[in-house]
Amino acid sequence: MSASAEHPASGMPGSDAPVVGAAVLAAPVLAAAGLVKVYPPAGRAGQPSIALAGVSLALAEGACLGVVGESGCGKSTLARLLVGLERPTAGTVLLQGQPVTNFRRPELARRLQLVSQDPFSSLNPRLTVASALTEVLLVHRRVPGRKQAEQRVAELLDMVSLGPQFASRLPHEMSGGQAQRVAIARALAAEPQILILDEPTSALDVSVRAGIVNLLARLRSELALSYLFISHDMAVIRQLSDQIGVMYAGRFVERGPWQSVMSAPLHPYTRALLTAVPEPHPDGSLLAGADDVAHDAPDASQVQVAARARTGCPYFPRCPIRIDRCLTDDPPLEVVTGAHEASCYLAGVAVESGGVPAESGGLPGERA
Amino acid sequence: MAQLAAAEPLVMTQVAASRRSLAARLWSQPSGRAGLIILAVMALAGLASLAGLVPDNPDAQNPAATLHGPSAAHLFGTDQYGRDVLSRVMAGTVLSLQTALLAVVICAVLGTLGGVAAGYFGGVISSVVTSIADLLFAIPSILLALAIVSGLGAGWQNTAIAVGISYTPIFIRVVRGPVLAIRSADYVKAAQVLGFSRRRILFRHVLPGVGGILAVQVTLALGWAVLIEASLDFLGLGPPPPAATLGLMVSDGTNIAGIAWWTLAFPAIAVVLLVLGFTLTGDGLRDALDPSAANS
Amino acid sequence: MTDRNVMSASPVLAIRDLSVGLTTRAGVTELVRSVSLDIRPGERVGLVGESGSGKSLTMLAVMGLLASPVTVTGGSAKLGDTELVGAPDRKLRAVRGSEIAMVYQDPMTSLDPLQRIGEQIAEGLRAHGTSRSEAGERTLAALAEVRLPDPHRLARAYPHELSGGMRQRVMIAAALAGNPQLLLADEPTTALDVTIQRQILSLVARIQRARNLAVLWVTHDLGVAAQFVQRLAVMYAGRMVEVGPTTAVFNAPQHPYTAALLAAVPSTTGERSALGQIPGSPPEPGSLPPGCSFASRCRQARPGCTQAEPALEERQGGVAAACFVPPAEWRP
Repeated sequence: MSASAEHPASGMPGSDAPVVGAAVLAAPVLAAAGLVKVYPPAGRAGQPSIALAGVSLALAEGACLGVVGESGCGKSTLARLLVGLERPTAGTVLLQGQPVTNFRRPELARRLQLVSQDPFSSLNPRLTVASALTEVLLVHRRVPGRKQAEQRVAELLDMVSLGPQFASRLPHEMSGGQAQRVAIARALAAEPQILILDEPTSALDVSVRAGIVNLLARLRSELALSYLFISHDMAVIRQLSDQIGVMYAGRFVERGPWQSVMSAPLHPYTRALLTAVPEPHPDGSLLAGADDVAHDAPDASQVQVAARARTGCPYFPRCPIRIDRCLTDDPPLEVVTGAHEASCYLAGVAVESGGVPAESGGLPGERA
Repeated sequence: MAQLAAAEPLVMTQVAASRRSLAARLWSQPSGRAGLIILAVMALAGLASLAGLVPDNPDAQNPAATLHGPSAAHLFGTDQYGRDVLSRVMAGTVLSLQTALLAVVICAVLGTLGGVAAGYFGGVISSVVTSIADLLFAIPSILLALAIVSGLGAGWQNTAIAVGISYTPIFIRVVRGPVLAIRSADYVKAAQVLGFSRRRILFRHVLPGVGGILAVQVTLALGWAVLIEASLDFLGLGPPPPAATLGLMVSDGTNIAGIAWWTLAFPAIAVVLLVLGFTLTGDGLRDALDPSAANS
Repeated sequence: MTDRNVMSASPVLAIRDLSVGLTTRAGVTELVRSVSLDIRPGERVGLVGESGSGKSLTMLAVMGLLASPVTVTGGSAKLGDTELVGAPDRKLRAVRGSEIAMVYQDPMTSLDPLQRIGEQIAEGLRAHGTSRSEAGERTLAALAEVRLPDPHRLARAYPHELSGGMRQRVMIAAALAGNPQLLLADEPTTALDVTIQRQILSLVARIQRARNLAVLWVTHDLGVAAQFVQRLAVMYAGRMVEVGPTTAVFNAPQHPYTAALLAAVPSTTGERSALGQIPGSPPEPGSLPPGCSFASRCRQARPGCTQAEPALEERQGGVAAACFVPPAEWRP
């Protein structure tokens, strides 16, 4: 895991420095350096919208990096860039050390695959499971011919815990969980080493979700896969990830080993997220101390859009512990302890202890 | 709103993939069933005419039997030249069908190519194609037919060309929409991520979704083509007399309708039945591809 | 979290053996089977279940909002003394918006995109007989009560100008403007970010306490259920399989489905272990297996479970469950 100094607005790739105190790891299997994605303005008078403001990451082989964030944080854009569906405005994606542009699309597909949120739209509604899987197998020559394809299809179905009777089904003849398993099987048919999972469980029921999460965990160890798991659901991310990255306003604001991020979050946004997750234990923790005032920019995506247009820390408008410096300077993502990084000048300052730092400034009338 | 419009072709795509065969669903629709029956009758009449199974030679004049009303010898009566109206109507049906077929082949091929190109490639190609379509739309089909016929001469093939070209922009538009929608569908994006070639994606993932909509449009176009062709013949822009076209028969019949209603009625009914048959079948197809019907 | 006073009052909403079915040429398919539930004033009750459990249909049935061929096939739902099932349209319309208010998941489809927010709320009030000027005042008051900034300005805004969270607040404002006794909510926070969801839940809880409002909250999110509702009803395959105080249901579930569901929910604290999975899938409404509908997927199934369907019966701790096998006899 490398630490990268990120300057969101500059668009320059961050520098990759070895982490102090961490073991030297093999080269990351998937990496990104200074990814920026800007979309042109909607109308004539509109502003260009910055979806990603400088993202760097490194995914170690066999690891699972969980990316969590709310609407507007840029996580879906990140998925699209990593997978090659869109090109970054600036920055590079590196696959096994090489820029992803070096690979032709089929070569890329044999190394890196995607599982999306809604299996009913990501599966071709006219193709049976067997046709869909066979197509992948034959295009990527993972089997010598059609005969062997049949055999392999049955294997793939078995891998995702579906019986062979599913081979002849059409997507609409399956439940959400079954269809998602097929989508996973289809991705695995290309035999990639890396899976990008973009909210793969968000559209599923609780019990079905559990099945898919368990399946993904098992597949990762059985097939030695590396995952980039994107979700808005902290609890699901925690279930699978070795490392967790929190995204806000188009960049990572915190990243580190899952235990540290979950139990000792360094960034105020991460803390806000964690406090907001409704725990399935009736302890009244969610409502206690909850503030139901709608802030001036109450929606996560709206805040983030506005934040990207200004200088300073993007979390400033909602931050309970901000200081004067936060208004003018954008804190870089830096190592705070061990392998745990955060982009906050007051990283680690405990808000719960009731301590508000001596200088909490802000523009007049802008109190949170 | 754009989302709803985009969703519809996707939904039709999904339904077309349903288990129960399209033909079975079409038959269970009242409009589909009626349309198919009517077309079957008209097609049989046309085929019989082609095979020569007509009561009389459509062109055989019989001065002794002019303007006789419907009778046992002449089920639909005779016209002012003593020709058997039934035989002429059957021959006219063949002409209408073959002209309509040729016309629709022309516009379907040109229109689909244009629509797919515009929808799939977008950009400059789309602008060029849609501009051509707009241009063709702006020209009234009658004027276009007049121009073509005066340039190429009268004859059923030229009528077909005129009708075909004037309907092409509709096909372009009808095909472009779904192609555009499907192209941005998640499963097409998935196909890209899966590393499939553009050709494979176009032919195996995008076009099959358009098939249903295309079938509906072809059917409706056939009905429309029959109508326009009959109108052109009525105006004298089609094959000249003594050709047995339904349009000419209606035109002649109009003049003497007061004394010989059968010379107007039967050709007119034939046109109506053809148009109705195609339109009902087209509607039935559209309903058969509709998701709510698929669940029944 | 339980309020002793709440227990003694008579219910605002009393649902008894409510059944909903889909009528086709082939017959009637049961979608909701004999659901009974009481909601007392000042109480927050949750209705929890996965897709197809019938939770949303139950709520729609109470409001008389089912569309043929889906209809109520039996039972009753009484608001105080007024029977809602089978009541004439006129009466239902009078009740909706004034006595009972509903909030849905997607405010964009509930709000007219072409009308200003304030006008929509005021229109609803005027439909129930409020004067124009009073409607205007109550609209502003409602917007302020949901802590929306600058209610005057917001009342003149259009729905698309607001974020998802703000639109949901507007929906709640509209719902509460009529001063209802009962609030029915169908997954209103599901599509919202967690931070916004927390604000909305806190908002509703505050208003609910202040007005002693009765709330029925439908959700599939067990976390929200645990944190927000005082009493919880769990539905499966159209039936209520467990109901009781939230704390009791979570700490000592009496139905294997509830237990399995709880084991399947990941948490942000505690041990990280494989999530509990439930084999198989819920039965299709038209093809329910004989006996208990959960038996084929149940770890605790005994031979008798496929013979007869267990009734919802009182067990310990104020919890009622529909299961033949008491927790003491459960296999691990």
